[in-house]
Amino acid sequence: MLVAPLDPLAASIFSLITIASMLLSFVMLGSRWLKDYMYAFGIQSWLIALLSALVGYYGHYPELYLIAVLTVLFRGLLLPYLVLRILRRLHVGRELHLVLQPSTSLIVGAICVIFSLVLAFRISTAIGYPEKIVVLALTVMFTMKLVGFLILSIRHEAVSHILGLMLLENGIFLGSQILIPGMPMLIELVVLFDLLVAVACFGVLVRYLLARVGSTSSLELNRLIG
Amino acid sequence: MTLCFIVVLIMPLVAVAGALLIRSPRFAEYLNLIVSIVVFLAAAPLPFMAHAPVYFWHQYLFIDALGGWVALCTSVVYLLASIYAVGYMRLLAKTKHLPGFYALFAGFAWTMLLAAFVNNAGVFWIAIELTTLVSTFLVGFERAAESMEAAWKYIIVVSAGITLALLGTVLLYWGGSLVLGPSYDMTWQVLQDVAQHMNPMVLKLGFLLVLVGYGTKVGLAPMHTWLPDAHSEGPAPVSAMLSGALLNTAMLGIVRFLAVIDAAGIGWLPHTALVVLGIFSVFVGTLFIVRQEGVKRLMAYSSVEHMGILALGFGFGGVLGIAGALYHMLNHSLNKSLMFFGAGNVMRRYGSKEMPAIRRVLHEFPVSGLLWLAGAVAITGAPPFGLFLSEFSILRAGFSGPNLWAAVVMLVLLIIIFIGFLSHFGAMYFGRQPEVAPKGPVISSWCVLPMWLALIPLLVMGLWWAHGLMQVFTGIAYELIGGTL
Repeated sequence: MLVAPLDPLAASIFSLITIASMLLSFVMLGSRWLKDYMYAFGIQSWLIALLSALVGYYGHYPELYLIAVLTVLFRGLLLPYLVLRILRRLHVGRELHLVLQPSTSLIVGAICVIFSLVLAFRISTAIGYPEKIVVLALTVMFTMKLVGFLILSIRHEAVSHILGLMLLENGIFLGSQILIPGMPMLIELVVLFDLLVAVACFGVLVRYLLARVGSTSSLELNRLIG
Repeated sequence: MTLCFIVVLIMPLVAVAGALLIRSPRFAEYLNLIVSIVVFLAAAPLPFMAHAPVYFWHQYLFIDALGGWVALCTSVVYLLASIYAVGYMRLLAKTKHLPGFYALFAGFAWTMLLAAFVNNAGVFWIAIELTTLVSTFLVGFERAAESMEAAWKYIIVVSAGITLALLGTVLLYWGGSLVLGPSYDMTWQVLQDVAQHMNPMVLKLGFLLVLVGYGTKVGLAPMHTWLPDAHSEGPAPVSAMLSGALLNTAMLGIVRFLAVIDAAGIGWLPHTALVVLGIFSVFVGTLFIVRQEGVKRLMAYSSVEHMGILALGFGFGGVLGIAGALYHMLNHSLNKSLMFFGAGNVMRRYGSKEMPAIRRVLHEFPVSGLLWLAGAVAITGAPPFGLFLSEFSILRAGFSGPNLWAAVVMLVLLIIIFIGFLSHFGAMYFGRQPEVAPKGPVISSWCVLPMWLALIPLLVMGLWWAHGLMQVFTGIAYELIGGTL
């Protein structure tokens, strides 16, 4: 929790960034082009890095600058680069089989936002911190979580699954910058690093999937049942 | 004790480095074997020596009796699986990849041992995530389409699930920061102390998220979907490690968080949630055990069932429930390793994973067949093996607690599992002669020795619940419940 009442300017910038990140997760949800997911994810990571730096500046947490730089490097540059490389190898431009049309999934996403808002509002009233920025941070954190799970369940391409997972973690990252900027740095560093390792693993696995199963769509993963 | 601790955490890394640097299959397998023996010898005394927690490295690591116990279970499985792997992996005709395999294998053991000693909720999450990353490649080691499918499902389902645990951890940290100020070390002890001052709503939400998150990794139904695939498609030693060691390690996370929320004393919700998940896991396990065709999938669903029983033990709580559950951890580790080893042998000889193709096992395996059969009797919870004692005390805890219904349902389901499991084994042992004679390779004694090593302690532990063990368990139970001896 940020100590001391926030500068109104800071509060509005934070809100702007969180809302923009949430909208970007809707870009991921509403598009069927894999590259769009990737770009939306990349921009979102840049926004989160910006947020870390600002929280570091306003809340006097100098270590957050380092986190911001690493976020840009890992999540903003390296991850999109790795995913782009996978995409180029796969020759898969977009989702072929849609469970939900983009418009329908946007509506489901909107329901997720409302649910998150109600939940966040109740939590922040319960703890007696009904500040807007706290409600907003909780809402966006839960929303990105739910939208991430939505993407995981309605998309079939392996790359969409990777990005869905990344979105899940981005949500937590975003929320934790505002709610708990003082979390020990070691943990944040290792989580960042861990993500990188995860994506490297995914890259290898995707290649094997392509080689052995012949496709990267989870629709083909139907041998193991019962 | 410090020496033992350092040995346990350093030796697996030595095996990783050795296997990678000297890329010789023989060297890698023997190095891994020696390391596993050393790790076992060093880990065995840990739970008995850790009367009070001892901290290392800025309190990020520590030894307590509970962590030591889980590490002991892990090291037992690591030892058994390493012996078995020497014989089994030679059958796979992948000699070129063996150094890589053993490096991953030792690395996997290391991540699990590390998780047992982590004293920080955030770092624990990282350790659990690392176990997933390393073991994915072990699951996909055989590179067949099925293995890749299993590996992919494993990493996606488990990583997605475990982000929920991260969310729960973040929420709990936030709840604590409202009391302790923005920056503090999130050790288990600090969490436990701050829990009663935390807002109950944040605490409950955090715990439920953590329960679902780590529950995915434990394989509690309905988050178990990755488990049967991963367990059935990895090589047999890997299946044993996944089932016997990894699931316990993930369960450790749930138990630690349960102690945190118990310290706040906010009523029935956490235990009931655990009991409900546990019963549902046993139920799902029962359904799939009864109608199962794949021999390793049978074992995998049995793991779902046993993890359900563990969850029930911790959910029923009390000294009896916790002691039973801890005893059950080791019993299940030994027994499930035995079962996967037997399944691996049979699979190689008959060249099939399907039980209808496996008939007259005793004809092919006069000795190890008997061991496997005894293991099958043991895993259903029949006396005189260890699982009978541990399941019995969990049931007793259930009958004396508020969740009587769960104990009754568990008892009924266990009886169904007993019938279903043994009818599969009846068919495999005494069914009609197979049409084609099995012509797989001869199974070396490397693959039979660990079955003996698993069955004998299982029998001893069924006949005699050592006093020293009971003392350790009571100590842990009082620590978890928050009382004193």
